[in-house]
Amino acid sequence: MMRLPAFRYRAARTIADAATWLAENPAETMLIAGGTDVLPKMKRRQQTPTTLIGLRAIRELAEIRNGNGFTIGAGVTLSKLLAHPGMRASYSGLFQAIAQIATPHLRNMGTIGGNVCLDTRCTYYDQTYEWRKAIDFCLKKDGDRCWVATSSPQCLAVSSTDTAPMLLALGASVTLVSSAGQRVIPLGELFANDGMHYLTRRPDEILTTITLPSSEGWRSAYWKLRRRGSFDFPVAAAASAAKLDGLDVVDIRIVLGAVASRPVECHAAATVLKGQRLTDQRIAEAAAVASEVAKPMDNTDYELVWRKSMVRTLVSHALHEIRGDDMSDRRRQLARQQLLALA
Amino acid sequence: MTGRAPRVIGRPRRRVDARAKVTGQTRFADDIMLPRMLHCRLLRSTQPHAQIVAIDVSKATAVEGVHLVLTGKDLPIPYGILPVSNDEHALCPDKVRFVGDPVAAVVARDEVTAGHAAQQIDVSYEPLRTFASPADSLAHDEPRIHDYGDHGNVHKAVALQFGDVDAAIAGADHVFDDVFFFEGSTHLPIEQHATVALKDPDGKLVVYSSTQTPHYLHRALAKALEMPAAHIRVIATPNGGGFGGKSDPFNHEIVVAKAALLLDRPVKICLSREEVFLCHRGRHPVLMRFRTGVNGDGTIAGMDLQTLLDGGAYGSYGVASTFYTGALQTVTYNIPRYRFRGCRVFTNKPPCGPKRGHGTPQSRFGQEVQLDKVAEHLRVDPAEFRLRIVVPPDSLTANYMRVKTIGLADCIRRVVDRSQWKHKFRKLPVGRGVGLACSSYLSGAGLPIYWNDMPHSGVQLKLDRSGGVTAFCGATEIGQGSDDVLVGLIAEVLGIDPFDVRAVTGDTDLTPVDLGSYSSRVTLMMGNAAIQAAERARDILASAVSDRLGIPSDRLVFADRRVFDSERPEHGLTFQECVCLAEAKFGTIGTVGSYTPPKSPGHYKGGGVGPTPTYSYSASVVEVEVDPQTGWITVPRVWIAHDIGCALNPALVRGQIEGAVYMGLGEALMEEQAFRRLPPRLSGALVHKFPSILEYKSPTSLDMPEIFTDLIEHPDPEGPFGAKEVGQGPLLPIMPAVANAVYDAIGVRVDQIPVTPEKIVRALQAKAAGKAARSGPAAFPDIDWPEPLLVSPPWENGDGRASNENKKSTKVVVRS
Repeated sequence: MMRLPAFRYRAARTIADAATWLAENPAETMLIAGGTDVLPKMKRRQQTPTTLIGLRAIRELAEIRNGNGFTIGAGVTLSKLLAHPGMRASYSGLFQAIAQIATPHLRNMGTIGGNVCLDTRCTYYDQTYEWRKAIDFCLKKDGDRCWVATSSPQCLAVSSTDTAPMLLALGASVTLVSSAGQRVIPLGELFANDGMHYLTRRPDEILTTITLPSSEGWRSAYWKLRRRGSFDFPVAAAASAAKLDGLDVVDIRIVLGAVASRPVECHAAATVLKGQRLTDQRIAEAAAVASEVAKPMDNTDYELVWRKSMVRTLVSHALHEIRGDDMSDRRRQLARQQLLALA
Repeated sequence: MTGRAPRVIGRPRRRVDARAKVTGQTRFADDIMLPRMLHCRLLRSTQPHAQIVAIDVSKATAVEGVHLVLTGKDLPIPYGILPVSNDEHALCPDKVRFVGDPVAAVVARDEVTAGHAAQQIDVSYEPLRTFASPADSLAHDEPRIHDYGDHGNVHKAVALQFGDVDAAIAGADHVFDDVFFFEGSTHLPIEQHATVALKDPDGKLVVYSSTQTPHYLHRALAKALEMPAAHIRVIATPNGGGFGGKSDPFNHEIVVAKAALLLDRPVKICLSREEVFLCHRGRHPVLMRFRTGVNGDGTIAGMDLQTLLDGGAYGSYGVASTFYTGALQTVTYNIPRYRFRGCRVFTNKPPCGPKRGHGTPQSRFGQEVQLDKVAEHLRVDPAEFRLRIVVPPDSLTANYMRVKTIGLADCIRRVVDRSQWKHKFRKLPVGRGVGLACSSYLSGAGLPIYWNDMPHSGVQLKLDRSGGVTAFCGATEIGQGSDDVLVGLIAEVLGIDPFDVRAVTGDTDLTPVDLGSYSSRVTLMMGNAAIQAAERARDILASAVSDRLGIPSDRLVFADRRVFDSERPEHGLTFQECVCLAEAKFGTIGTVGSYTPPKSPGHYKGGGVGPTPTYSYSASVVEVEVDPQTGWITVPRVWIAHDIGCALNPALVRGQIEGAVYMGLGEALMEEQAFRRLPPRLSGALVHKFPSILEYKSPTSLDMPEIFTDLIEHPDPEGPFGAKEVGQGPLLPIMPAVANAVYDAIGVRVDQIPVTPEKIVRALQAKAAGKAARSGPAAFPDIDWPEPLLVSPPWENGDGRASNENKKSTKVVVRS
């Protein structure tokens, strides 16, 4: 079977320790929380850090705090979040997103911070060293050509996080800590549309908390496309959060997942709906506008033309669900499970 | 002995190995840890097709902890599962044929060291042209992937004709001409292949391996290592799933055996998941064309079938697989005249071989979908249509397959009834539909892999004064429950509890030969051998008891761990007392049983593939929901009925059927052993698209529908207590039933497997554009077929021989 390469493991007990250690040699060091993404990638030699800094023992990273909104430690496991009644009631879209991440076993280990920072994925990259050697490697790791689009100067690996699009739609911000200090930025500023450099996080920074604004008056939904009822990464997703006054849209955000190297905010689609009544026609119009910004590439499961066509469906489903339509049949068919109705 | 109602057979009970499995105590090959054990990793080719120019192992040998590096020159003898295609080497000596072909092996103190050292080996390759598809291989004879085979890169082309099929089709009222494609898929066992080899204290070789066929591995090891088979012991560890994927002798098995002999230390290898995908031997991708003539009354006049198989880089079971794509068309429905032509080509991909259903699911798919089209054209209900043409019992088909009992009509009626077919078919709203399909499979291949007249299965029993019974048999437990069948049958005959019987299986030193867990042969063949051995033991016991108690043998009843007088049940002895009496009277008690299948009536070349003691039958109705906009497909319910003959342990039978539905839905909806060819102007690479259990899509528990399973039980005289197979047959109807249900739901045909949303959308778009409402292959290529062997059907005064076959070569050469 596949085995891990040798590495040094340093178990941090405080964020300050972790930040200090990380600053020693950020290029050769990686942070590890649940390890569900890092360790398989090390086995496949996609990532070869000489040092791992373990974050699991840092208590404050594992806390969820209620205030005016929600502050979630980056080390909170996905299972713990899923079981949190306040989260489920107030941020149902986030619940739907997390419930569809991987499998229960992986959610027991994986953390929200890990999912937000999840490495971008690609059929030419998420392979063993031997497989990648057989294609003479790719731009993202050890090679000089992007096989997704051979003339592309840039890596086209796809953002595959389920939580980031939803957190973006919910208006989240994140805290980054380094030995030099800390900064709070809107989540959208954490991402760049580049498969290799998909995070603006500096190499010496640690994502410590995710802060959600109050959900008062807001409703949210997350629709994910994948082949099976569990286990699979998204190959297209629509996250939306809306503040409604009856059926009138006071404010709304629509974010697409897995159709670019970062979560894609659909400002034009939001503009279609803002200040408008959420009618079938408006929903269809917004879904069409949203799907225009999706630029899926042929580097995930499913054919890309069909994947792109499904973006419209996903956005439409999300908006209908936010409106309060009974989407349970659609959910059963697409998600193969009944995710909760909106609170 | 007097008859009584079965006490064990027919009752659902906990399988004999359940406790070990659920408590984690089953010792799989990778669980074996021995003192001084070393670990092996293979270096596999990164080139799809290349000459090996040089191999430099010096850097690997120098790595600390490395004990041995092997290359092709250390293992020069070729081997292979079929005598007609011994085309494999444990390590490629001069040429690699696919990405993943093993080139060198490193044995080291641990896996990390072995893997690291393997990467230090420098192999220089001279790349050759990459053959990525059957079209490539048909179009270019050079360079040849192998220097044997029919010609160029055609491994095998066969043609068989049973009666004047052209005249039959020309004279038919309707002719249907359809082309289908069935994508390749792999077995996906949870257990990755693992092997441990060592020298025993005597200096003989012992090989523990997760193999379905210890006997064939035994033969391959003897050949490749040039050792007497008597000095090799193969122990098949319980397999964590086989499905045909552990039926070939594999490179890694031979490599670690060689290493253990050279080092005199135990050597272990456990393949990575990626390597399991590369070993493959799974479902052949098959392109096929069915031309079928149908009479006005709905009977079939004749069928002309052509198949093209993408064989991958080696022979494996491929010649048998090729024949299997055309062998069983005739055993379900009356086809009075029939022609089959099959062609297998080599390509630079992992070799295909036998996967559950071996060669038959692909053409079963085409046949059952075409029948659905025929029924629609004739405006008959597809269930009624099939019922009219079902083969009668005790008949001989056009291609000389002997059908014994056939429960197919009952299977159809049962699923039609339980699914409320008549209220659903063509009556559900748009987007919902039902589809029906049927199938058949062998209860064990009638001939072994290599020519011999010996039994296919042997069982030995040891009884002693403890009252315990030990059963020895070469059969292999691969999760299907063969150990349970063995102890259940013996317990039934001897009137004891299955728990009183210990099974010792799959060990070439200790157990009589059984050919292995493939072709659904074990229950029938081992079962009959076990019954014979048990009845002989019962006779010995009865003789001793009859003497002692003065009761005639024919009045003795063996039941409830006692032997007693049927007329005075209180008068008798415990089973243990009986064994003591017999041991005193006859000495040590041991009996044997063996089984050889009946001879096949077909005597033409290729007629060895398809015969069996008896066929099982299945029918299934699948219900689907299809979104007419997105093509998204959901399967909420499946009904399936299986002609099992007699369910020895109904819990296991139902488990097999539900497992088959699961695997069938995987093939129907998502599984693809697909490959990626990089742009040829930039690269010669041809790699498995995604050899991981995450990205090779197979259904999860959340994707499973409700399954309604029915067993049709008419005991077959050939089977133990009437039992037929259940390991493979119930898989086959699922794929065509899904495709037929999609048509019922939205009126488009998906003539290819898997049925995916993209293909459904393409078919819908074609329909909207006024083109044929289908998605599937456009045409079957022109193939330079050999002259068919001409065999007259039984009803045209045929004798099972080909009229144009050289008499000297009438001996069947190809077997499975």
